[in-house]
Order: sequence, then C-alpha cells, then structure tokens
Amino acid sequence: MIRDALLLQLGYNATLVAIGATLLGVAAGVTGTFLFLRKRALVSDAISHATLPGVCLAFIVMVALGGDGRNLVGLLLGSALSAWVGLLCLTWIVRNTRLAEDAAIGAVLSVFFGLGIVLLTVIQTMSSGRQAGLESFLLGATAGMLWADAMVIATGGALTLLLILLLRRPMTMVAFDPEYAAARGLPVTWIDLAMMGLVMAVTVVGLKIVGLILIVALLIIPAVTARFWTERSDRVVLLSGLLGGLSCYVGAALSASAPNLPTGPIIVLVSFGFFAVSLFLAPSRGVLAAVLRHFRFQRRVHLRQGLLALAQGQPIYERLTNRLLRRAGLVRPDGVATDKGRARAAKALRDERRWQVIRADQAYEAAAALYDGLRDIETVLTSDQIAEVDRTIGGPRGVPA
Amino acid sequence: MIGSEFVPLSLTPLLIGIFAAVACALPGNFLVLRRQALIGDAISHVVLPGIVVAFLATGVISSWPMMLGAAGAAIVAVVLIEAIRRLGRIEPGAAMGVVFTSMFAGGVLLLELSDTSNVHLDVEHALFGNLESLIWLDATGWASLLDREALLGLPVELPRMAATLLAVAVFILLFWRPLKLSTFDEGFARTLGIRTGLLGLALVIAAAVAAVAAFDAVGSIIVIAMFICPPAAARMMTNRLEHQIAWSVVFATASAIAGYVLAGYGPLWFGGQDAVSAAGMIATVSGVILALAAGFGPCRTRSGAPQGG
Repeated sequence: MIRDALLLQLGYNATLVAIGATLLGVAAGVTGTFLFLRKRALVSDAISHATLPGVCLAFIVMVALGGDGRNLVGLLLGSALSAWVGLLCLTWIVRNTRLAEDAAIGAVLSVFFGLGIVLLTVIQTMSSGRQAGLESFLLGATAGMLWADAMVIATGGALTLLLILLLRRPMTMVAFDPEYAAARGLPVTWIDLAMMGLVMAVTVVGLKIVGLILIVALLIIPAVTARFWTERSDRVVLLSGLLGGLSCYVGAALSASAPNLPTGPIIVLVSFGFFAVSLFLAPSRGVLAAVLRHFRFQRRVHLRQGLLALAQGQPIYERLTNRLLRRAGLVRPDGVATDKGRARAAKALRDERRWQVIRADQAYEAAAALYDGLRDIETVLTSDQIAEVDRTIGGPRGVPA
Repeated sequence: MIGSEFVPLSLTPLLIGIFAAVACALPGNFLVLRRQALIGDAISHVVLPGIVVAFLATGVISSWPMMLGAAGAAIVAVVLIEAIRRLGRIEPGAAMGVVFTSMFAGGVLLLELSDTSNVHLDVEHALFGNLESLIWLDATGWASLLDREALLGLPVELPRMAATLLAVAVFILLFWRPLKLSTFDEGFARTLGIRTGLLGLALVIAAAVAAVAAFDAVGSIIVIAMFICPPAAARMMTNRLEHQIAWSVVFATASAIAGYVLAGYGPLWFGGQDAVSAAGMIATVSGVILALAAGFGPCRTRSGAPQGG
C-alpha cells in the first residue's frame, strides 16, 4: 500500500496532492533557509496566523457580492492581504517601539488569530450551511482538492522559486551580515520585506495542504535539518529544498495510504523524523559526532597525563589511563613501563619542558598561544626552532627523542 | 445587562476570563522583558498533544488528568527545546519552532487516529476554548452569591482559575527580588548567589501552569494574547517594573471585560442575533489596547525617555 502510494498509484486525488505538496515543500524549504539564517524563523508563525482574518473577510466579501465564497484564489488573496498587514504591523512595532521582535511576533500572532476566530464565528452565524469549512484552513484539508487548486499551488510555488533565484545573493548577504550589506548599498529593509513577502507567499500557498498552524514547520524544520549537514549557504538552500520536497512527498503518500491520516500533521512528523536523524547522525554537528569527539579528546588527555606520570616515576591509579597505556603497549600488565613506553614518556616530558621555554619567551608568543597541554609541539614549531629550544634546555641524555 | 440573567449567564464566564487574563499577564511581564515571550506560544501549542495523551491514557474527559497531561507536555516541550538548542547549537527561535510544530502535529494525528468522535475533544475547542459555556445554572440573582447551595453549583473552572491566579501571584511576590534582578541583570544576579537557571525554569513552569489552567477554561488563543499583549502595552506606559505589572493587570482586566461584553452584546447592537467568540474578542481587544499604547504610550520609544519631556 505504501509502495503504491509512493509510486503515485493511489488514484487521481492522491497523485494531485502528492505533486502539489512536493512543490510546496521545495518552495518552503528554500524560502525557510533564508529566514532561518537571518535568525527570524518564528516571524513565519506570526505571518501564518495573520492569514486567518483575511480568509474570513474574503469569504464574507465574496458572499456579500453574491459569489460562492469558496473560491480558492479569492480566499488566498484575502489571506495574503491580511498576512501583509500583519507583517507591516510587526515591522512597525519592532522599528518604532521598544518591544523586541519576539513580543511583536506574539502580539501580531495572537491578535490577528483572535480576530480571525471572531470572524469565523460571525461566518458561522451569517448563513448557516454555507460555512464552507473555513476551519479546514487551520489544519489543511486535502481530501477535496481540485485540479484548479493544485494548479494554484503549483503556480505559486514556481513563482516563489523563481523570485528566490533572482534574490538569492542579496538575501544571503543580508542574512549573514546586514551591516556589510547596508554598507555595500543594498536596501536591507526592502530585502527583508521581500524575504518576508516570499515567506508569506509560501504560507498562503500552503494553507490548503498543511493549514496555517503547521506551515511554520515546513519553513523551519527542513532549513534547520539541512544546516546540520553542511557549512555552505548555497548547499543549505539546496538541501533544505530537497528535504522539504521529500518530506512533503513521503508525508502526502503516507497519508494517502490509509484512512484517517491527516496530510499536514503527517508531513510535519516526517520532516521531524529527518530532523531527529540529522540531529543525532550528522557529521561534525550531530550529537553522535560530538560524543565521539568528546571520547577521543578524553583518551588523548588521559594518555598524555599517563605518559607524564610514567616519565616522573609516579604510580598510576586511574583505571582508564592504565587501560589506554596497556592497550597502546606502553606499560606491561603489572604497571611497569615497556621500552616504548619509557621512550614516549621521556618525549612527553621533554615536550612539556620545551613548551615551558616557549611560553616564557616573547619571541614565540604566537606559538605559545596555541598551548593547550595536548598539542604536539612538532605541529607548531619547525624542526629548526625545536632544535634552538633544545639548545637552551640541553640535549637529550640517553633517551631517543 | 445587569438584569436577573447576568449572574447565572455572564458573571462566572466574566470572572473566569478576568482571572485567566491576569494569571497569564503576570508571568508574561517577565517573559516579555526576558525576550522569552514566545514560550507562551510554544506552551499553548503543545497543550493539545498533552490532553490527547491524557485522554487516551485514562479514557475519560475529566479535568485533572487532562491538566496533568497538558502540564507534562509543557515541561517536555521546554526540556526538548533546551536540549535541541544545546545539542544542535540552533538558535532558540528555530528550536522552538521545530518542537512545538512537531508536537502539535503529533497531537492532531493522535486525535484523528483515536476514536474521539463521541466525546467533546477537538482541535477547534482546544484553540478557541468555550468561555460562554461556563455558566452558573444554580444561580437566580445576586442573592445566590450568599446561598451555600447555589455556590456548590459554580463551574469548577472558577475556583481552579482563582487558585491558579493566587499561586502565580504568590510565586511572583515571594521571588520578587531575585526575579527582578535576574531579569534585568543576569550576571549581577548570579554574583549575588541567585541560581538564575533554576529561577528561569521556575518562571517558565509558573507560566506553563497559568497557561494550562487558562487553556482548560478559555482556549489557547487567549493564553498567547494575554501572555504578551497586556505586558507589552504596559511596557509602553512606564519604566518601572512595579508600575508595569500594575498596568498589565489593568489592561488584562480591561481586555477581558470589554472583550466579553463586546462579544456577547456587540453583535446585538449591530442588529445581529448571535454572539461571537468571546476568546477571540478578548484577544482582539487586547490588541487594540496594545496598538493604542504603541501609538501614544509615554515610554513607547526605545530610549525609554518620556516623549516631549
């Protein structure tokens, strides 16, 4: 069943939803990256909640004009309008008052959403039976998706991607260093607004599939996930688009494979799955890599301390140190150093003495700054410099260097 | 409106609304100052999976398990956000976004998968609350306030919300000095031996308790609005924390009363027949108050100096 779903064999509606969702996921992933890099991920939460009053107003206006009230384009236009008003309020509050951005986000989000709920109840009483399930915009509803709806979503997604392609360089620059961008003469405020406009476009397009509460997830989670895997912004953008598209595709397919699986939440949980895997398994930034790095560091410290203790003839009681020394063949099981162990220990002690000389000498200031008790001195100084240091200490006495 | 039907129909929802608004606004003051305003947003989203899990575990819709579930979910969310922020070295906003959306999605999914068609538990209810339904059927008029029999019929939300408000107020009063210090100068507070990390967590838990109790009565949208709007508006009015808290209580109360009255009676004035959502209206009114404060408040600008002084 799931295989059928993934191969788009589950009928017209499921295929339509899967394709629409994938396009949306790609657009959201790519857009969300810039938002995340700009450290304004939660602005999307305010924007998405601010769409609700617009949807309701559009419905009321369309009904008042004698229309159906359920025209998707009309509803999306209304949502875009009120999201834009919300965004302007947010920007105004941050610019003109002492409130920080998070308070402004929360204020816009809750007030617009509250207004939307008031309007929803107005619609409920307005003309019974024609309520049109506007609540479906809260959590998305894909069951009744039409070809026209899918086309709206596809067109919106494609336009968003095109705009991002045009704006990607200035947006990247503003995301990383707004002051530098301003100094280069870029209109930072306008670029920020454009970025938010793109976020708004993705939100509006995504209302139908994942709903306004969960669209935030599509903007944030793929970008955060992609960030684990690479340090280059262009690759984060690509990877995030890919992850967003993939999680939407898999999520839509999964939800089509069984009854009672709502599309939006499944998509969000799939992308959270990708996030969780990345959090643990990503190279260098992942948790597993950090744990391994920690253990490697711990082993180096213990080995080093063990060698210094050996060189000074002190007994070693610490278990891990003993085990490491034994495994490296530096001490015998009874705790007596082997020849190799004695040589390494003497070298460690000698290196420590060399570091002391370096750190006391102004001429080696740059090198001395690198001292951390673990670094091999050969990686910092040339053999000529080491020889010079050795002259001040005196040559090795009977122990190979 | 002060007719005989006021006491049974409007007094209790009005009081519950006021208590909920003030209980959320009090910790909200500190959250806004500490730039953690969106914690309230996150908590109110994760309450949904909490109550769904509690319902699935106990099989009944009753208040205590659901409140425990919601509180548990709030704590899980706070811990998860912190863990993801530290482990993944992700900025707090994004970590929050990842956690609360995923948990909310999980809650919706569980709700859809479980058989809850015969019980009153759905997403809309969780979001909007149902303030209007908390009526006091046993009351006949103002005299009922002194009638022991009638008082027993009060909706349980009223005493619970009052107790929550009291608990939050006592927490803030007891930890007033350390809270104030650690909010404005965390480093200095730490040198005085105040355990700022623990205190921050306690504040978030107090906020979560207020949010969960209020959510049970009035829905999560009011919770977010009351955490942020009254304190933010109060911030524009004064530079002193004591005054700010007093203002925020005034604003919260005013939003609750005006919102409830507008929602209940406003449509009648315009010729409509039915009331609109009180929770939504309270949030809207608090937004209007915030807008007025942002436009005319004496301390609205960043420098903090009174205008024209």
